Formats: sequence, structure tokens, C-alpha cells
Amino acid sequence: MKKLFLAVVLILSLVLFANIKIGVVLPMTGGIAAFGEMSWQGIELAHEMYPEVLGEKIDLVLVDNRSEKTEAANAVSRVIDKEKVVAIIGEVASAHSLAGGAVAERKHIPMLTSSSTNPLVTNRKKYVSRVCFIDPYQGAAAAIFAYKNLNAKKAAVFIDVEQDYSVGLANFFKKKFQELGGNYFIEFFKTGDQEFSAQLTDAINKNPDVLYITGYYPEISLFARQARMLGFKGPILAGDGAEAPELIKIGGDAVEGLYYTTHFHPKGAATEMTKVFVEKFKEKYGSEPGAMHALGFDAYLVLRKAIEIAGKADPKAIAKAIRQVKNFPGATGMITINKNGDAEKSVVIDMVKNGEFTYVTTINQQIINFIKNSFPGSSGVFY
Amino acid sequence: MSGATFLQNLFNGLMFGGLYALLAVGYTMVYGILRLINFAHGDIMMMGVYFAFYASLAGAPLWLSVLIGIFGAAFLGFLIDRVAYKPLRNAPRISALITAIGMSFFLESIAVVVFGAVPKSFTAVFNENNKWLLDKTWNIGGARIPVLTFIVFLITALIFMLLFWIVYRTKIGMAMRAISSDIPTTSLMGINVDMVIGFTFALGSAMAAAGGIMWAMRYPNVFPYMGFMPGLKAFIAAVLGGIGSIPGAVVGGFLLGLLEIFLVALMPSAAGYRDAFAFIILIVILLIKPDGLLGKKSVVKV
Repeated sequence: MKKLFLAVVLILSLVLFANIKIGVVLPMTGGIAAFGEMSWQGIELAHEMYPEVLGEKIDLVLVDNRSEKTEAANAVSRVIDKEKVVAIIGEVASAHSLAGGAVAERKHIPMLTSSSTNPLVTNRKKYVSRVCFIDPYQGAAAAIFAYKNLNAKKAAVFIDVEQDYSVGLANFFKKKFQELGGNYFIEFFKTGDQEFSAQLTDAINKNPDVLYITGYYPEISLFARQARMLGFKGPILAGDGAEAPELIKIGGDAVEGLYYTTHFHPKGAATEMTKVFVEKFKEKYGSEPGAMHALGFDAYLVLRKAIEIAGKADPKAIAKAIRQVKNFPGATGMITINKNGDAEKSVVIDMVKNGEFTYVTTINQQIINFIKNSFPGSSGVFY
Repeated sequence: MSGATFLQNLFNGLMFGGLYALLAVGYTMVYGILRLINFAHGDIMMMGVYFAFYASLAGAPLWLSVLIGIFGAAFLGFLIDRVAYKPLRNAPRISALITAIGMSFFLESIAVVVFGAVPKSFTAVFNENNKWLLDKTWNIGGARIPVLTFIVFLITALIFMLLFWIVYRTKIGMAMRAISSDIPTTSLMGINVDMVIGFTFALGSAMAAAGGIMWAMRYPNVFPYMGFMPGLKAFIAAVLGGIGSIPGAVVGGFLLGLLEIFLVALMPSAAGYRDAFAFIILIVILLIKPDGLLGKKSVVKV
């Protein structure tokens, strides 16, 4: 009887005083390691500032997926089965979140991605949500910017066949660009390719006004270099996959003047939290934060908020609570997660100027209208 | 395809192929002597690039960093043979092959730990005076050819001349050729077989590093896995030309580079499947002409 009592107390104390475990699945090595690193810095900062929820400590378990799809699925399985986490923050790339999200959905563990923008990531899923906008917003914003601000009538769209992110982004860009009256043609490449001269030679022969490169920074920077070497003088436009310091380090002069759509810029401070975040970030890391840092930061805060709303560290309740987060002041702006698990936000356009990421403009209302028109029956929300 | 476009693609293909050729020769030399496919070859190239990169960060001028990269890789190649392959000289071939794959993973992982996973930019190696090496182009017949292309040609040609001289005109070259036909007999002739094999590894690794450094000038994205794909492609090039044959590796390298560029130039919609195309070439070659274009027919003695 005594033994039984002891056992009960032991188990109870384990349950009562156990820390809340959150898995973090990121590409810490491999092609887009810089994104993993940046997101992790944002998450770590948020964890340092708010280490507790419901009076319990939050433990973060970081797992690397080597920037590979299969590894992303393995990493999600691992944090769920082995580490017994109640929720997961991750992944960065849409293709990885799709692979990992399928596992989380099956195992009923909520997964909150910081920066996977492809619509399919949360589509028909109850447990996968995100704190960033989706590609219809981003692709359309790029099209509007190219057509109206850059006066481009003919666009060369470069698609990475391996990335769901790239394919989605290109599709929404094409749709909006054509709607505005421009025309386009497409060229292909694959993650990990380094030699793009053949595609670029073909594209430049067709005299495009703008190159829209929908990949990630390792490829974008090499694209820009080779395009400039081949004599292309027009503007180059990219998605949020461009925003890593490595873009400028590797691209050098060739990426000077490159425009990209993104989530956040410290100069376009949106909320009180933005100021706090920028200040604390500079204090801790000694540099200006970027979009990936801010999104990682927000992912942690939103998840923490959801646990608060749920009132208990129960995966099912958390998954539900994530989609009840309304007007939450994050670093990237006011965050409202809709019932599909997508955040509704405006799109920021930045450019590379004198070797730094510089704020250009914010594209807001036009996008919402585009979404409304493209998907009738919806109230500015993508279904 | 207009003349200028053709010229543009031709030069791009030749440059791309030259880099493959430099790597492929290392594969083929080691295979010729040990019948071992050294899968760590691409990773030795990566190490060479990192050596050059860090030598330059430490303040060495460009020429010295390049030499440090090349000799560092040569020493590493020699060391790998001593540590990993030498104990397996008499083991079944498959054991050595698996060791080579393990060595490849080991080098990649150690690079992640030591150098970090985030890509480095090779442009940091250059200063204002020699930056033109990276992005200056010449206008030739309507095509814009990077000056680097000609430098790659020149250096590749010089390296191959040196290599052929070593292999066909020097004593150690003669020893290498002797070992490739019969190891036990060669050792009976009083030749230090392990030394010669070590020298072969060093030579192949030095060429890989030279190719890798030029690769990094063209694609200044330096990361621990950068040797993986080029390594596999160079392997395909070596098989294409006939593995074991040095002229075959040179031809195979250039051919594969040209094929890859012209595939994209002629069929832009297939550009995303360039790697798949390269591997299809490998399969086709293995099916219809396993000895490669310039390879000798191998006779298995019973």
C-alpha cells in the first residue's frame, strides 16, 4: 500500500511538475541552413523572454533535418515518438513542412510553421498552422509590384521544380501578372543546381523586363551573378526565400537592386512588440533582425498564447486554440490565425541597397481584393 | 538556336565540363590502380576549397591561398589513403568501397562541425584588385564569355599536361602504370607500392582541389555538401569516358558538361531534371558500353 502510494505520488509529481516540451524542427545544416539558424535565433530569444506558460517551464527540443524532405518527416516523428512533445514549431521550407506536417497530422500533434507559405501546407489539416501569410498574397504582391512599380510588361518566371513553395509562388504570380495585362514565360531549375547559364541565355534572348526567381537564396544569388554576367540589366525580383545575409555575401554586386517580397522589416515597425523585439534582438545578437528571425519569434509567442488559451498542455486543445488566436501583437504585426490555420497579413517589399536589406513599400489592400476576386465567395480569406 | 546563343552555350558547357574533367581524373586514377571508387573524392575537393577560403581569411594572398588549398587537399588525400584504405588493401573490394562512402560522410560531417553548416561566400577571397577574375566578361561574337572560362581552360590544360608528363614520362608515373596492371609483381620489382598509391591519392586530390577552387570562383557558394553532387557527376564522367583511362576521364568530363548545358538549352522545360538526365547517361553507358568511350575491354582471368 505504501509502495503504491509512493508510485502514485511519483507519477503525479512527474505529470504536475514536468516541463512542457516543444519540438523545434529546422534545417540547421544543408542548403538553407541560414534560414534554420535565423528562425532558431528568433525562437530562442522569445523563449528567453517568455520561458514559462501556465506556471510551467517550456523546454525546447531542437532537431535538424539537413534541408531534406525525408529527414523533415523523420525529425517530426522523432520529436513526437521519442521526445513526447506536445507541440512542434517548424519547418521553414514548404516542401519540408508538407512532409513533416503529414506526420504531425497523423499523430495528432499541433505543428506551427514560422515561414512555410505554400497554401497546401495547412490545406485540409487540423493540426498544422502557420504565423506567416500564404503564397497567393506574396505572388500577387510581386506581380503588382512588377507591373505597377517596375513597369514590367514581360516577365521571365524561374521555377524550382523541387520546391512546392516555388511552384505555388510562380503560379499565383503568373495569374495576377496576366490579369494586370502583362505576359510571361517560364524557365525551370532545381534546388542544388549551380549552373544556370543555359536557362538564362534562353530567357535573356526573349527580352524580359524582369526576372522573377522563385527559389531560395543559394540559387537566387547564383542566378543573379550569372544573369548579370550574361548582360541582363533589368530588375530581378524574388520571394521571401531571398532574405538571408548569404544572398548578399554570395551574390555580391550582382544582387544590388534585387527586390523581394517578405514578411517584416525592422523599419516598418508594426506593433509595440516589434520595437521590443528589435531592441532585444540587437542586445542579444548585435545585429538587425530579419523576417526569419521575426517569424521564428512570433511562432513561439503564438504557440505559447495558444497553450494559454487552451489552459492545458494537451495537443488537441492546443491545435484548436492556435486557430483562435486573434489580433495578437507579434513582431511581424497583428496576427490573426483563421480557421484554416493561416495568418492574414500584408506583404512587405524590400530591396538590396548598398549591400543591405532596405524597406521599399508595403502592399496591402490590393492583395485582399485579388484574393477576393480570385476565389469568389470568400471574404478576403483564401480557402 | 542563333550563332551567338550557340557560342554562349558552347563556352558555358566547356567550362562546366572542364571542372568535371579535373574531378573525374582523380576518380579514374584511383580506380585504375586500386579498382576502388573513391566516393570521398568530391568531399576532398570541398575540403580543398575550405582550406583555400580560410587561408585567405587568415591573410594569405590569392595565389598562396590557392596553393594552400591544393597542397592541403593533396595531404588530406594521402592521409585518407593511409588511415582508411591501406589497412584494407587485401580485404574484399566491397569493404573498401563502403569505407569510401563512410569517409565521404565523415568529411561532410566534420566540415559541418568545424566550418559550420551555413554557406560561406568564396568572394571573400578576392579583393578590389583581383575581383575581375570573378565577374569580368568578354564579348565574343555576340556572346558574353566570362574571363574565368578562359582561365579554367588554361589551367585545366596546364594541369593535364603536367599530369600526362608525370604519368608517362617519370619514374613514379611508370610505377603507377605498373601497379595498375599488377600489384604483387610490381612490389617484387622493389617498388614501394604504398608510397606510389599514396602519391596517386595526393595527385588526384590536388587536382580535385584545383577544380574545386575554380568551381567556387564560378559558383561562390561554399558549404559542406558542395562536393557531393559534383563528385557524383565526375564519377559519371569517368564512367562515360571509361573508368581507369585518364584521357577517357578528360573526354567524359567535357562531354558531360556539354551534354548538360545543351540539354537545358535545347529543352528548357527539362531543366529541372538535369541531374536525372546525367544519371540516365550513367545507366545507358553501363548497359550498352560498360567500358566507356575510351576504356579498355577488361578481361577477367580465371
